[in-house]
Amino acid sequence: MSNFFNKSDLTRQDADKIVSETLNNCDDGELYLEESKSESIVLDDNKIKSSNYSSDLGFGFRAISNEVVAYSYSNEISKDSLKNSSENLKSTLKSIKGTYNHEIPKSNKKFYEDINPIEQKSLDSKLEVLNKVNDFLRKKDGSVKQVTASFAGEQKSIEIIRSGGEVLTDVRPLIRFNVSVMLEKNGRKETGVYGIGGRQSYDDYLKNDNWKNVCEEAFRIASVNLESKPAPAGEMKVVLGPGWPAILIHEAIGHGLEGDFNRKKTSAFHDLMGQKVASEGVTIVDDGTIDNRRGSLTIDDEGTPTERTVLIENGILKNFMQDRHNARLMKTRSTGSGRRENYRHIVLPRMRNTMMLSGNQTQDEMIKSVDKGIFAVSFGGGQVDITSGKFVFNCTEAYEINNGKIGSPIKGATLIGDGPSILKEVSMVGNDMMLDPGIGTCGKAGQGVPVGVAQPSILIDKMTVGGTKL
Amino acid sequence: MVKDQEFLKSKASYCLDLAKKMGATDASVTVGHSISETVNFRNKSLEASDRSDGLALSIETYLGKRRSSISSSNLLDENIKTLIEKCFETTKITPEDEFNSLPDKNLLAKQISSLNLYDETRFENDKKIKYLKDLEESASSNNQIINTESSFTENKSNFILANSDGFCDGYKTSSFTTSCVTVAKDENSMERDYEFSSKRHLSDIKQAIDLGNKAAKQTIRKLSPKKIGSEKISIIFDKRISKGMLSVFASAISASAIARGTSFLKDKIGEQVFADSINVIDKPDIIKGMGSQNFDAEGVNSNTLQLIENGILKNYLVDTYNGKKLNLQSNGRSGGTTNLYFEKGNISHEDLMKKNSRSLYITETIGHGSNVVTGDYSVGATGFLVEDGEFKYPVNEITIAGNFKDMFKNIILANDLEFEYSVNSPTMMIEGMTVAGK
Repeated sequence: MSNFFNKSDLTRQDADKIVSETLNNCDDGELYLEESKSESIVLDDNKIKSSNYSSDLGFGFRAISNEVVAYSYSNEISKDSLKNSSENLKSTLKSIKGTYNHEIPKSNKKFYEDINPIEQKSLDSKLEVLNKVNDFLRKKDGSVKQVTASFAGEQKSIEIIRSGGEVLTDVRPLIRFNVSVMLEKNGRKETGVYGIGGRQSYDDYLKNDNWKNVCEEAFRIASVNLESKPAPAGEMKVVLGPGWPAILIHEAIGHGLEGDFNRKKTSAFHDLMGQKVASEGVTIVDDGTIDNRRGSLTIDDEGTPTERTVLIENGILKNFMQDRHNARLMKTRSTGSGRRENYRHIVLPRMRNTMMLSGNQTQDEMIKSVDKGIFAVSFGGGQVDITSGKFVFNCTEAYEINNGKIGSPIKGATLIGDGPSILKEVSMVGNDMMLDPGIGTCGKAGQGVPVGVAQPSILIDKMTVGGTKL
Repeated sequence: MVKDQEFLKSKASYCLDLAKKMGATDASVTVGHSISETVNFRNKSLEASDRSDGLALSIETYLGKRRSSISSSNLLDENIKTLIEKCFETTKITPEDEFNSLPDKNLLAKQISSLNLYDETRFENDKKIKYLKDLEESASSNNQIINTESSFTENKSNFILANSDGFCDGYKTSSFTTSCVTVAKDENSMERDYEFSSKRHLSDIKQAIDLGNKAAKQTIRKLSPKKIGSEKISIIFDKRISKGMLSVFASAISASAIARGTSFLKDKIGEQVFADSINVIDKPDIIKGMGSQNFDAEGVNSNTLQLIENGILKNYLVDTYNGKKLNLQSNGRSGGTTNLYFEKGNISHEDLMKKNSRSLYITETIGHGSNVVTGDYSVGATGFLVEDGEFKYPVNEITIAGNFKDMFKNIILANDLEFEYSVNSPTMMIEGMTVAGK
């Protein structure tokens, strides 16, 4: 746990006093203090390309009245600096008065341990793993032309001080291990990428030589793509595999259910609460409470304990994801979804681990039912236009389906669909729900935060596949 | 006030001295300070204000051919000392890499000329509020616009780059950025579009009323879109999108992608990669340019580079490390391109629109569908169906796909190039791409 008050002339008493005095006539707000330590070690092109360590320290001071949010941050934690920020907030909100809401729910549950993953594994042993990865892949097959492997680790300590002196704290570990391999055969080059991670120590993920499985998976994806043919173009049936393909849910549905877009009525979902937005059998939750997952949080960045929020239950829209600000304006409660990338950014309602729950059909049944379509196993990035509801994502591993059988692999194609209607096209939900391997980062308003996704296999009756083959 | 050169220099030399004292054979350090103030508006009233004030430090230490780096925002001497110790300890156990080194001394920038990148004008928050009020008044004057969000950001930055070979220089820059996002609605659909302006000098920023009007106009015309069938069709890329093709091209010719072999343009120097009418230039010394620089991220002098001449690839973007790997001299592109642009073509926008009886005009793409290894391109798109030179109706929920190797050779550029951003392109046509729709 960081002590933010032994670094300069600022004492806890000073901070309490400035916070209470600044936020007295506001509806909400807090002082958010953050210290993060992070490392990144990259092996590339047969060499350790970079080893970087960084430490960051700062505060963000927020005051909210009515619909106006005033924010000021600095990386100098001192009495002067905090007073300057306070003056800045007061000048923005000078003519707007509010009543401070002191209520904030409490919980004793913790979803990860207070560890510093960077210190738990020596640099030497990290370098050793990276070199083993490189040797393993290059020896594995002559077609391997490039290997990149990396470790990224972080420990972030936060402290939230609210008006009246209430204090909330959290220590968040996060790691990621990633392997990318490029193969070349007959003049063709293809890449395969795979990674794992979450809020535990490196060795929790790397035990039993698990790094080999990561290598094998990256290699397998690249090999499949070496054999790929041009993808078809046009509307067809799409079977999505379990796990990571749930970024479809994240893009198509998740963003549109974030509180801010619905308060502002710019989301295609804003007037659909209580209505049927998905086929029967489709239930989607956003859960911050799964142990050690990348998207899990003990408390969110406003201090609210996270929860399992049911977004869509059996096809019916039940809840939006809320931070305190949007919840207050929409006269509901925070779902513990208030997140920020770091102290430099304001809080926004964001996803945590977004999951579609299992149904009772099998992937086999789905594939057998398709005459002409594609089977998408893995994706790269996705994106959504919240307002029109249109979303895309890029296949990194996909196959044709012809007459109920899986055919040749196809080249990376973009799939495009319409968020509010896509879930009505889901005609089968599998019994094989799986969590993703712990690699997702979600971007919104220039802020990246770690997230997770999960889903079973699903069959979508109609989607546009953006290939080149007409 | 943004910290002055003297303060940043004193921090930089403190770091270099300390690294040397600990035994580093070489070191380089960047110290920067940046202050930003943003005001956000929504539906004609104040929504948020945001002030940021940040120092940043990054250091690389070398022990012969071993190298590692640290970065921090905490510039207290005590913290810097701890970090440099940690950095140097890491350097000692990091394996050697024969290509690690500071840039060649004779390539370092010697004299820096003023490119007029700093405007000290303070645009107080009250003035930003007035600007955004005018902007949103004009943006929401049409009753189909149901939501407006806009912002104005003023930024002032200063930095010093120093290395143990005696290089020590830096300069102030400023930027003023305003943007407006509007949402329009009719009985069939809800659509969003935007307009923005970003300049080094306040006086060059677009008029609030014009910016708001343009955002609204661009949004309303997207209402009630249709989906078209899958077909081969000529595509006209709006300037917003055509400049993105240049960014893909830039990443494919970065020395790092070439050295790693992960680019579809590897080993193509001297070969025809674009249509022979195409010229691509990267010019670092445009006065007030958004991408202008006196030297690159390593202190290396950067001159104007002709990247494509009559369709032929002439240069990669070379930094010191990857240059040594490729046996090429750095051309001052550590950190990428500066002001990158296509030279204008010789057909007017109007004639380009009429060139085919039927074409598709793309105003927005979504998704990360550019693969620099294979050159494959596939993205979601929205735009307009063009018939006989006129917009017929808006189109959405389609994808466009092709391969850059073919697309680059089929580019036709209009003569409407303007220098608005750090990457600029005229309107572009590429014939015979695949659209996937119904």
